[in-house]
Amino acid sequence: MKEFLTAGFLIGLLSATLRMATPLIIATLGETFSERSGVLNLGIEGTMLLGSLVAFLVAYRTNNLWLGVLSAGFSGILLSLLMAFFTVTLGVSQHVSGLGITIFASGLSLFIYRQVIGSPSIPPTVTTFKTVAVPLLSRIPIVGPILFDQYALTYIAILLVPICGYILFKTNFGLSLRAVGENPESADALGINVYKTRYVSLMIAGFLMGIAGSFFTLAYFNMFLYGIVGGRGWVCIALVIFANWIPSKVLLGALLFGGVDALQLRLQAIGFNIPYQFFLMMPYVLTIIVLVIVARRASYPSALLKPYRRE
Amino acid sequence: MKLPKFVVEKRSHLPVWLRVLLPVFAILLSFIFTSIIILFAKKNPISAFYNIFYGALGTRLGLMETIVKTTPLILTGVAVSLAFTGKFWNIGAEGQLYAGAFAATWVGIMKLPLPSPLYILLEIAVGFIAGALWGVIPGVLKAKYKVDDVVTTLLMNSIMIYLVTAVLEGAWRDPVTSWPQSIMIATNAEFPKLVAKSRVHFGIVVALVAIVLVYILLKYTKLGFEIRATGSKSEAAHFLGINTTKTIILTALISGGLAALAGVGEVAGLHYHLTENISPGYGYTGIIIAMLAGLNPIAVVLASFFFGIIITGAQYMSRITGITSFIADVVQGVILLTMLGMLLLQEYGIRRAK
Amino acid sequence: MEAVVSMRGIKKVFPGVIANDNVNFDAYRGEIVALLGENGAGKTTLMKMLYGMYSKTEGDIFVRGRKVEINSPKDAIDLGIGMIHQHFTLVNPFTVIENIILGMKENGIMLKLDDAKRKIQDYMKRYQLYVDPDSKIFQLSVGEKQRVEILKVLFRNADVLILDEATAVLTPQEAENLFKTLKILKDEGKSIIFISHKLYEVFEISDRIVVLRNGKVIGETSPTETNIKELAKMMVGKEVIDIVSEKSRKVGNTIIKVEDLFATSKRGHMAINGISFEVKSGEILGVAGVSGNGQKELEDVISGIKKPHSGAIYFNGQNITGSSPKNIIDFGIGRIPEDRMENGIIGEIPIYENIVVECYDSKPFCNAFFLNYREICKYAENLTSEFDIRTPSVNFPLRTLSGGNIQKAILARVLSREPRFIIASQPTRGLDVGATQYIHSKLIEARERGCGILLISEDLDEILNLSDRIMVLYNGKVMGFADKSELSREEIGLMMTGTKKEALNEVA
Repeated sequence: MKEFLTAGFLIGLLSATLRMATPLIIATLGETFSERSGVLNLGIEGTMLLGSLVAFLVAYRTNNLWLGVLSAGFSGILLSLLMAFFTVTLGVSQHVSGLGITIFASGLSLFIYRQVIGSPSIPPTVTTFKTVAVPLLSRIPIVGPILFDQYALTYIAILLVPICGYILFKTNFGLSLRAVGENPESADALGINVYKTRYVSLMIAGFLMGIAGSFFTLAYFNMFLYGIVGGRGWVCIALVIFANWIPSKVLLGALLFGGVDALQLRLQAIGFNIPYQFFLMMPYVLTIIVLVIVARRASYPSALLKPYRRE
Repeated sequence: MKLPKFVVEKRSHLPVWLRVLLPVFAILLSFIFTSIIILFAKKNPISAFYNIFYGALGTRLGLMETIVKTTPLILTGVAVSLAFTGKFWNIGAEGQLYAGAFAATWVGIMKLPLPSPLYILLEIAVGFIAGALWGVIPGVLKAKYKVDDVVTTLLMNSIMIYLVTAVLEGAWRDPVTSWPQSIMIATNAEFPKLVAKSRVHFGIVVALVAIVLVYILLKYTKLGFEIRATGSKSEAAHFLGINTTKTIILTALISGGLAALAGVGEVAGLHYHLTENISPGYGYTGIIIAMLAGLNPIAVVLASFFFGIIITGAQYMSRITGITSFIADVVQGVILLTMLGMLLLQEYGIRRAK
Repeated sequence: MEAVVSMRGIKKVFPGVIANDNVNFDAYRGEIVALLGENGAGKTTLMKMLYGMYSKTEGDIFVRGRKVEINSPKDAIDLGIGMIHQHFTLVNPFTVIENIILGMKENGIMLKLDDAKRKIQDYMKRYQLYVDPDSKIFQLSVGEKQRVEILKVLFRNADVLILDEATAVLTPQEAENLFKTLKILKDEGKSIIFISHKLYEVFEISDRIVVLRNGKVIGETSPTETNIKELAKMMVGKEVIDIVSEKSRKVGNTIIKVEDLFATSKRGHMAINGISFEVKSGEILGVAGVSGNGQKELEDVISGIKKPHSGAIYFNGQNITGSSPKNIIDFGIGRIPEDRMENGIIGEIPIYENIVVECYDSKPFCNAFFLNYREICKYAENLTSEFDIRTPSVNFPLRTLSGGNIQKAILARVLSREPRFIIASQPTRGLDVGATQYIHSKLIEARERGCGILLISEDLDEILNLSDRIMVLYNGKVMGFADKSELSREEIGLMMTGTKKEALNEVA
């Protein structure tokens, strides 16, 4: 137990928490937009994986990490347009469409990687992002290394939280988007274009999910592996519900889940007795409990999962 | 010249030929899209598809392997079909499969002094129960608390896989190799092989029996009727006296048990021990099979065999053409999407406006 | 004076029914014009065309003298026309302010909620429509929600306001407040189109009254030119009734007794406000009334799919309050539901399965786990020929049947079990004459066999033809009971629109 209480361990843990939370924050914010407009996007896992692959390949070929990030975002937009086509234009099952996108995008990622890279004995790597220490602030004892010595993407993730919150709750677009997710008939009756709004929100979601994927191969790790997203997309589905579809709560939830992730890695290293998988399981169990509570209160966007068709 | 106006309207009924044609059309469409992707990789799609089919069906070995791959797919496919028929959206077949594999391994490594047929029966029973219990949790949550079954069954997948991995890396870790896999199950717990010099095992019998049982269930029994009625229009079913809560729970139970049998077969008939990768996504493929088969148990056999061909053939093809076998995953994803589009055609027809 | 809105020669055809036939309608500045008529008269349909929710089959619409095409609610809003629907179009978790400004072009990129709040408060003061602007919609009462809907319309500078059955969900006090607001709006020069079936209200607040019946304009009048009795006559008509059934001679004991029943509607307000009645074996008790006065809730409670708020129901002396649908069926109560498609049938499964869906778990249709399909099909085939259900085969999905045959199938399902009591709700709605007569004859047959029937219908002719006794529902209360032929059609009509039986003579 002594190992846990050293300052070094705790600072390392908290710093890692913020790091691991980064892709969760970004992707979950994206899913929040999608669900707030009424579309459950189960394509998030596949979108993140394809994003991570695209980011890696582009960075590998061009040596430009930010280009990789942007390309990942772009690939996310393409996938989300596909999702929008099925769920908004055709109006078919959101569940199956999302699953289809994940299965397709996952398969595509593996296929592209193997075709382009092959199976060399030493897999190719990229030079990842380096953490950026904020001058002065990063020298503050304890807080400094935790909050102000992180990847640029992490700072972006944190900034995105208030930005997304602002867009959703303080802009006209956000109001219309939320109306479309609650009561598309009312929105339609007032002249809001339900289809266009959902397309836009899905594109925002796809962009963010793609960028989240890029974190895995360009920062967290320096190569592409099959399991690199490792089911975190599903965690994000859970997170959105956990966060009650509110961006500020997304940050809290992501930190919690990210903390669990960081902790279990360290526990593994120490050789802790309780299997680390039990920690990894916790977010999922927690979410199911939250779902039961929420189902009674029904505070999810009321039009979620129902395709909108003008009769 | 004025273009003829087309009207999209709901169909009154679906002609049988269309019902058969739509999945075929979905498959063809998906082959076309996949071919485009293959062309982008500067490879020959015709050669790719030819080799997939040859690899799966052209040799004895290939055919046997195809049957081996088809076995768990039939079970997950029928499990999901049954669930979807009752409008229980079971995305958790993968986790239920792991539950079944876990339970069968547990029974198998106990090395009980039982005659083989009895041991096998025990594995099947315990595996079924494990999957049923795993599946009934989301079922109860849906029936009683109206919690969305898609998300819960999905989350349960991750929980079960973590559970299994934890045990494999802990209590069940192979002491000899130190790898995260269980020791071998007792030899009297193994499913018998059905065809000499192949891996085809008793699991295919279990799968086909399950198909027959589900077919009988849905067509001839009271419960089957209740499942179909609840799945078709639960408001009316409730009004007309059917206990929809009980029906949903039973649907979840049976569906979970069936998916678990796929896991039992993989452990007891193929690998003889439990590993983390006992299933490369059979539970998810089961969903695609269910949709392609239109939820019909007999068609599930055909659709499962089709995917068995794709998965087996892709391995062979990748050796010949240098196209990675992951193309099979791409095909699966595209078929799901094209089939979705076809389903829309099933509901709505386009005709010339009068 | 030129009309603000002028509808000329309006015709609206839906498949199988003419909802509006050559209707002319005007609305002038500074007046409240009432559109009066029973359910199905075509009032809402007409106004939905004005608001762009329906397209017109024929006719023209003029707004401020100019001919216009209104293809969507947006067009109507741009023309200064606003509609307050029976079912509110509000976003529940949003605040009042957010709902009012939602979707307005003038909003800009960022929401200026404080500015909006001030403006809205001005409007509230001007029109005496007070709601807490920061409260969320789900916190509001029904009356307050309606005020938000009106503010929404006013905020978009509507000159013409259409209110569809605005008092259906209001308490008398809230209705009074609404009328105060309408008078203020009228004095400002707005045109108010007030759709209603409630005679008293219409008489109280309108300047002009246009009466619709069966899609046609019957007449136009004003409160000063007419009286309640004549209005009722215009509304329900004076056609000669064909007596289809004679009064039953074999009325026996009480089969169903309802005591002091209270029940809430889906929207949360008390739809049944304390009713008590009895149905005896061998009699048909008809429930007359305009749809929306508690009939649906009464049907739901007796059918077993809704638990009453309070009160009791007895079947043959046994308390069956709150029973499940299965229990209700097993007691021997037959239900012919109003909403055929939603409750009455499972369209995708074969006809023969639909026929036995209420009794498949008893012999001879099942043994142990299995269904005996030979017996089921035989049973279904017998019933199909007995009830003259036109279908090539009982194997086809039930939705392949025509409307009349679907209802016959439901009737077959119910009657073949020889129930002691039947609740039939709108049993001939949407059916042609032949099917209607058939269903009527079957119901009378059942009555002759000693069955007690509760017949709920908004078709007054049907009630008058078949019932041995009549109960009139209004606002969830019983306005009175009458024996067959005891009261005239006009008197029943008056009761349907709020006059208690005792007060009938006072209305001159």
